[in-house]
Amino acid sequence: MSVPLLMFLVFIAITLGITYWASKRSSGSSAYFAAGRQIRSWQNGVAVAGDYMSAASFLGIAGIIAFQGYDGFMFSVGWLVAYLTVLLVIAEPLRNAGKYTMADVLAYRLKPRPVRAMASLSTLTVSTFYMIAQMVGAGALVALLLKGSGISYHTAVIGVGVLMIVYVVFGGMLATTWVQIIKAILLMAGTLLLSILVMSHFHFSFAAFFDAIGHVTYHEKGQEVVKDFLQPGLRYKPPYGPLELISLGLALIFGTAGLPHILVRFYTVPDARTARHSVVWAMALIGSFYIMTTFLGFGAATIVGRDFIATHGGTNMSAPLLAQALAGDIFFAFICAIAFATILAVVAGLTISASTSFAHDFWTNVIHRGEERKPGEEVRVARISAFVVGAIAMAIAIMLGPTANVAFLVALAFAVAASANLPVIVLSIFWRRFNTAGAVAGLGVGLIASIGLILVSPSLMAIDPPTVTGAARHLIQAKAWFPLENPGILSIPLGFLGAILGTMLSHEPTSTHKFNELLVRSNTGLGAEKALAKH
Amino acid sequence: MATKKIFIIPAFIFFLVYYFMLPVLVGYAPHFMSIKVWGNVNLAYLFALSQFFMAWTIAGLYVRAGDDFDEISKDIIEKALEHENSQGAK
Repeated sequence: MSVPLLMFLVFIAITLGITYWASKRSSGSSAYFAAGRQIRSWQNGVAVAGDYMSAASFLGIAGIIAFQGYDGFMFSVGWLVAYLTVLLVIAEPLRNAGKYTMADVLAYRLKPRPVRAMASLSTLTVSTFYMIAQMVGAGALVALLLKGSGISYHTAVIGVGVLMIVYVVFGGMLATTWVQIIKAILLMAGTLLLSILVMSHFHFSFAAFFDAIGHVTYHEKGQEVVKDFLQPGLRYKPPYGPLELISLGLALIFGTAGLPHILVRFYTVPDARTARHSVVWAMALIGSFYIMTTFLGFGAATIVGRDFIATHGGTNMSAPLLAQALAGDIFFAFICAIAFATILAVVAGLTISASTSFAHDFWTNVIHRGEERKPGEEVRVARISAFVVGAIAMAIAIMLGPTANVAFLVALAFAVAASANLPVIVLSIFWRRFNTAGAVAGLGVGLIASIGLILVSPSLMAIDPPTVTGAARHLIQAKAWFPLENPGILSIPLGFLGAILGTMLSHEPTSTHKFNELLVRSNTGLGAEKALAKH
Repeated sequence: MATKKIFIIPAFIFFLVYYFMLPVLVGYAPHFMSIKVWGNVNLAYLFALSQFFMAWTIAGLYVRAGDDFDEISKDIIEKALEHENSQGAK
């Protein structure tokens, strides 16, 4: 048995043990959906980091920096700075005003059924797309990492899918939280170790390290080129490069605070103060991690080299190959196991947020008008929907296959979160006049604008040369109508516009009336959901 | 609540402006951002790095200020509840 496979199995055994432990404590809705609201601030902070830093950031960013230098580092910056929006605007009001989902905050002062139905639709859209992107990535990656153990893409997708379903169905939020905490600790340890190894390669001289980044040599179209990788512009070139960068920044800054799987984490802590402190914990970890992508990405570019990575699995393998070059096969296996843990923790977080939204918002509050017909029904529905959502994501990932171009799904998830979810959350907390029609219009316009603009963007519309075949081909073979891959710069203003126009064109005195109540509750925590007593 | 806004609104605007200066400058003034400051380290990298410290500083300041708000709002709630109780007793 290969060493990476062995490390994978150890990780799986530990997390299943946690799930078993959590399953014995997860009875009742608040325990299942919000871990009894007993998670401490450092625990939640680490779990937020674990929930957030996906394979796209660990393997993807290292790869983009290794191949396109400085421009890749721009992602790193946005991914941390975005947490200021979460900290300053979202975390505390959300914790104080809601119960399990972001729709709770909207339903507090607006008509519950229409806003919950729309919010649930947008949550399910974001979670499912994000999950499919992660699953396709996971399948391709696990198959690549475990090459030689006879594990195919299909087996890998099914394995990841089954594990995430088991964590969520049996262990609920408590098990998900601990899987995320363990993953975050592993990821930080691995990244730190890798960074130290990179610097020791340069005899701990930053001058030598940055000097090496100044002339990275590789082959392009058969010719040897030498480039300064600290120079901006290797990825985002004129004419649309600068706009693309701004649009990406907007999607990250406003999208992170609208990602349902991040938002649900703030319901697991006892109060708003803990929520605030946990964001700071998360920012400390996430920031340190993204600064270290400097060493991972540029290290791979200078020590391993673009040519070698391109012929040994491609961009996503940059970090594992760097580990192999610096410290041999065992360390390679360790980094692979971390990548695997990373994927599992993120998909588990997505599954629980999707199933919570379906059970709590759609089933209980939209279909059954806020009444649980039998005790425990909500949790049972959530478990079934976790299973269904997971199965759908698995099926689509298998249909698409390992070569499918799925990077746009992540851009889409951030765009929907930024253009649909964030405007309505912000307006319902801060705008007295905001009403139901505005919320429904904002969610609808934001959702449609994001999906529509991505459909006609270069991610899905391009003319491929005949050498490109199968799932790697673009969906629509024509010149793209919208020039940017990230629609944020247009779709976010459209989402806000929809919400504002919808409000202006209708009247709803009760929502204005209840605004004061929400204002007091979101700022002081008066009447907020309490933590379960310790057993 | 007003005291809370005094911190949040300027902090939010400051961070938006500071953050979006990065893509704008990198996008529209790439030559300026390529000026080398120390060895091969250029302005673009240093400015990107400074964003991390900007974010941490604002977060640190906010947590400090936020804990004070908590004290104030706790006071208000207690007073309001006392008021209600004393009225109920009459």
